[in-house]
Amino acid sequence: MNQKKSKTPMIITLVLVAAIYVAVFIAEQTLPANSMLFTVLKKGATYALVAVSMNLLNGFTGIFSLGQAGFMLVGAYMYGIFTIPIAQRASVYQYFDGGMIQFTVPVIVAMILAGLAAAFFAFLIGLPVLRLKSDYLAIATLGFAEIIRAIFQWNGLGPITNGSNMLRSFPSFNDFNIRDGQGNVTVYLSTLIPFLMAGVCILLIVLLINSSYGRALKAIRDDEVAAEAMGINLAHHKRLAFCVSSFFAGVGGAMLAMYQTTVQAKSFTSAMTYEILLIVVIGGIGSVTGSVLSSFLFVACSEWWLRFLDEKQMIGTFEVPLLRNGFRLVVFSVIIMIVVLFFRRGIMGDKELPDLLSRRMKSEGRRKK
Amino acid sequence: MSLLKVTDLVVSYGGIEALKGISFDVDQGKIVTLIGANGAGKSTTLRTISGLVAPKSGRIYYEGRDITDFGTQKIVETGIALVPEGRRVFANLTVLENLRIGAYLRKDKEVIEEDIQYVYQLFPRLQERSWQLAGTLSGGEQQMLAVGRAVMTRPKVIMMDEPSLGLAPLVVKDIFKIIQTLKGTGMTVLLIEQNANAALHACDYAYVLETGRITMSGTGEELLASTAIQEAYLGKTSKS
Repeated sequence: MNQKKSKTPMIITLVLVAAIYVAVFIAEQTLPANSMLFTVLKKGATYALVAVSMNLLNGFTGIFSLGQAGFMLVGAYMYGIFTIPIAQRASVYQYFDGGMIQFTVPVIVAMILAGLAAAFFAFLIGLPVLRLKSDYLAIATLGFAEIIRAIFQWNGLGPITNGSNMLRSFPSFNDFNIRDGQGNVTVYLSTLIPFLMAGVCILLIVLLINSSYGRALKAIRDDEVAAEAMGINLAHHKRLAFCVSSFFAGVGGAMLAMYQTTVQAKSFTSAMTYEILLIVVIGGIGSVTGSVLSSFLFVACSEWWLRFLDEKQMIGTFEVPLLRNGFRLVVFSVIIMIVVLFFRRGIMGDKELPDLLSRRMKSEGRRKK
Repeated sequence: MSLLKVTDLVVSYGGIEALKGISFDVDQGKIVTLIGANGAGKSTTLRTISGLVAPKSGRIYYEGRDITDFGTQKIVETGIALVPEGRRVFANLTVLENLRIGAYLRKDKEVIEEDIQYVYQLFPRLQERSWQLAGTLSGGEQQMLAVGRAVMTRPKVIMMDEPSLGLAPLVVKDIFKIIQTLKGTGMTVLLIEQNANAALHACDYAYVLETGRITMSGTGEELLASTAIQEAYLGKTSKS
């Protein structure tokens, strides 16, 4: 009987995670900085955070929300607005006389502001929306994400949001590299820093999930009526989960801004939400590990490994048929269909990395006996 | 002295009155049962007492205090626990996690651990399966878990909604044994059942509910002896 959960799998997991961080650091110092690997890692870390935040709602609380892109947009804008250097503002806000806000805050503060702003929007939206259930809630959140997008593009808010023009010149991931006097990079940190940011945020989410609050959220997911009968305040807990999830989506949005180096409201479409939903589904609804793994897989496929499908490929003199711009998306759709049909529980189901390790050790222990 | 007192309770869903003004008492340390056919309003009564449904009129008193407008959270805290109909355990949580949810509103950490051991004592089967997901338990085990989960709230009154529903006759016997055990520990039980025979044998006092009204009441033996009850609920035809 396995009465007490052993601590060893947890320790192995921590060691593994630490090893990944070290590997990222070493790879960054040794490999050329323009390698595709780093693009994938940076965007992957960003998407991992957003996917985990979505999983907190969809997988752990059972709230099917599709507002993620909207909250990322809020986060990305908050970050951009508060970090564009004063000197650059005149050129960025060229149609709005340099904009209204004439101060900047440190990157870390801007990221927290990004999260808080997203959480605040979530609170407001949650007041009416969280009374709805399942599909209706999904439709309503999707609608609100579109409304947010429209509002941020509105010219009337131009002095703050720069209307439909893009925000740029704010600190990006590359600015985390440490440079010497001549501007040459001495220590590369542009991949490690986003890894750290995402790592800290995901750790916080994991701690929440494993707390008694998290257990209450899972109880709500499994059976609302029984949870309420046990004295769990449904409205309060749902609102909490919605705001926390949106907070981290906002932070993720700020990271996406840093990754892209520019922010424009029109790129935060519902298609972005679907991408993240896809990551969550492929990774396994209810598994943080799954969301993280599938984020990197998804980003690697869409940005790197499947790119060749979009270009003409010649094998000798033979031109491979079908390959042209957009074919990648066709292949992608097929992969998704296969996953949904045959691997319905995703890569990880609802298991986490320590669960897998402990099962492995248990079976090994049995073999030894 | 009655621990729980319900007076003139009226509950309506939309325009339809599910309860048309019922009054009853639940005495301390007793097993009280409400029997009645489908749609008589039994579940509604329990749901109203536990604050899941708001009554249109009428009052509910617990230890002399009016708890009608307390809200579920506070009602659970004051010591009234509900074992919902159809068990409703949290299928994707382990047995242990289910029990911990029962203690969600409590702050006394050490006592909670003791109470978990206490529940395991009541139901050794749950201890064997403490790391198993609740959804993988058998129906009887799930019912034990649902009761155990309610016990974890440290209730003085435990209300059970059709605990024998969908269980094999042997398991039903176990469930009624459990109810007696709970009574033995000083708990008050408010039981609603369609299995009138078993309920009347187990209870100290019973009320008969018909389409939202209480039509009869008495001790278990009295009702078992009544010809009206025998014909309506126990399937015996009067010999002519």
